[in-house]
Amino acid sequence: MQQSSRIAIYALIELASNPDRQLSAAEIGEKYRISAHHLAKVLMTLGRAGLVKATRGVGGGYSFIGNAKRLNLLDVISLFEDTSMGCKLADPSTATAEEWALFDISKEIKEISMSTYASITIATMLKQIERRKKAAAAKNKIGAA
Amino acid sequence: MTDAPEKRLLEESLRIRKATSEHLQHAIDLDARITGQPKPEYWQDIFERYGSRHVDERFFLVAEPRDPSSGPEILGLIVGEVRGWEFGSEPCGWVFAVSVDPDYRQQGIGEALFQALCEKFREIGITTVRTMVRRQDPLHMSFFRSEGMMAGPYIQMELNLEDE
Repeated sequence: MQQSSRIAIYALIELASNPDRQLSAAEIGEKYRISAHHLAKVLMTLGRAGLVKATRGVGGGYSFIGNAKRLNLLDVISLFEDTSMGCKLADPSTATAEEWALFDISKEIKEISMSTYASITIATMLKQIERRKKAAAAKNKIGAA
Repeated sequence: MTDAPEKRLLEESLRIRKATSEHLQHAIDLDARITGQPKPEYWQDIFERYGSRHVDERFFLVAEPRDPSSGPEILGLIVGEVRGWEFGSEPCGWVFAVSVDPDYRQQGIGEALFQALCEKFREIGITTVRTMVRRQDPLHMSFFRSEGMMAGPYIQMELNLEDE
């Protein structure tokens, strides 16, 4: 996954988990150690895709306006990188059996990655994060006892 | 979480229990409506194997409305069993069918069925639940993911015998 896709997912998670308030790019950037410049570019793309809304002025910031139960990670990644399953062999007409064999394996791996991203919505990510936090809290409790 | 009021409403209006012979035709009808392919013999067989034999390790559960006048006879179903020792696997719970009436989806019925089945597994000491879904089946993939399932230590493989 490319850096822009990762930043976009972090930003959407942050915004979707704070539905009652608007967050500044600086707040998100600080939490995930992302440069303001890169984050601004990513947020602009998310805005154009109708996933975030920017409000100017005092108390302004970004908010999530997508559907967290519908928006999946592949939808987000597709905004920043090529996720098509097209043949990447330089010249398929002259490719050798060895090249095709390696291509088949790469394709298999890519298909698994893509279908995994497609099956995980932002809402599922939020649930997964909660599970992680609970598990970490339980572990800390045991460690402190 | 914003889901809480919806879940409270659901708990009051749903009943999940083991399938009985009176549910069988409704299960057949529900599956036919979803898949477009009636499979009465398959469901009869599933019911005989999972609804009436070895029922301590096999579970065929249905969700029905508490108030029979408020919806169809069954709102959804789930089938699972305990499987073990396939290539060294400790006994684990397997889910191999889950369906929710398309008119009643997005209301937590699938989740309630899944949680009820997991509870049945827990009661008999099972600590892991597995399933297998097609990669190109986003509905089931997303459902199981939302319940916290992730890729496990086994990988599904197949061989096309016509290519050999």
